[in-house]
Amino acid sequence: MASIRLAVPKTAAQGEVIEIKALIQHPMESGFRRGSRGEVIERDIITAFECQFEGETVFSATFHPAIAANPILTFNMLASRSGLLTFTWTDQHGESWSDQSTITVA
Amino acid sequence: MIRTALLIICGLVAGCTQSASDATPAQIAPEDLQSGYAFLTAETQALQDDAFGNPGLLWVDRGETLFHAEIEDTPACASCHESGLSGVAARYPAIDRESGKLLNLEGRINQCRTTHQSLDGWDYESDELLALTAYIANQSNGMPANVDITGAAAEAYQQGQDYFLTRRGQFNLSCQQCHTENWGKQLRGDTISQGHGDGFPAYRLEWQSLGSLQRRLRDCDTGVRAEPLPFGDETYVALELYLAARAEGLTLESPAVRR
Repeated sequence: MASIRLAVPKTAAQGEVIEIKALIQHPMESGFRRGSRGEVIERDIITAFECQFEGETVFSATFHPAIAANPILTFNMLASRSGLLTFTWTDQHGESWSDQSTITVA
Repeated sequence: MIRTALLIICGLVAGCTQSASDATPAQIAPEDLQSGYAFLTAETQALQDDAFGNPGLLWVDRGETLFHAEIEDTPACASCHESGLSGVAARYPAIDRESGKLLNLEGRINQCRTTHQSLDGWDYESDELLALTAYIANQSNGMPANVDITGAAAEAYQQGQDYFLTRRGQFNLSCQQCHTENWGKQLRGDTISQGHGDGFPAYRLEWQSLGSLQRRLRDCDTGVRAEPLPFGDETYVALELYLAARAEGLTLESPAVRR
């Protein structure tokens, strides 16, 4: 189970540009490192991140091996109406983790 | 002639014994006491201070969930410790009244699991044990370390101090030589810290993960090319007690971010 932390303002004014932060626990093992016995440590990374607002993609990112462990993303969104934000991370094996947050726009 | 040779050998042996363990524990003056935080770059300090982005908080969050989770018929930690465990981490390591053994926070959690919850203890450095330890330690943030080193704990304190003062490894260094006598100086690219454990469990950039104080101690032992002790070893728990007493005057700051 991966631990997720989200920072989304609970409320925003119409037309306000809000800042969103998303942090997930993941080793992001690059596949370039070797263990104490010289064996290659297999690559294990998140490859995709997507943030959707009511089914519409507002931000997405593709991850590569140079991203550090426990990646944090900060991005902005224009608050137009109230709704549900869904954050999804998918790793190279197709496993995914998801969390949601509601924002009220007045 | 033989007598002189014997005397010389005796002298050499005595000399070696003395150099193996530095008998006098030097002290850092109270006004000079500094947490590992003081030796970080501004960027790393900012990461620790970030109430959202400090990556150690991922484990604290998980620990909070574990603390309140019931597992089948087993009551949750929270069912006994309703009001939380604020201030507890500042008193650990401490002597367990029932067994008379010195327990650190990890040992205490596992003992609670086996005796009160009929569950298996977690492995050292498992995500679960780190998470719950960090959650409990985090509740004592800002409080001064306040361990009891009298009575039954006095022997362990002495044992911990002995470990701190004893030279070891191929480099033949004691903890004290770096962290009491030479802190603030450069060791290759790093500034030597005072070696306090007040931020642990801590997120180390080198580990890219949260880790226990004992993992840090094992790294230190490996660093002087000594054989590290196994996780949970009672000598390490005793050393944790010595370190906590030595850091008296500093406040707890887990989950800290360290290099």
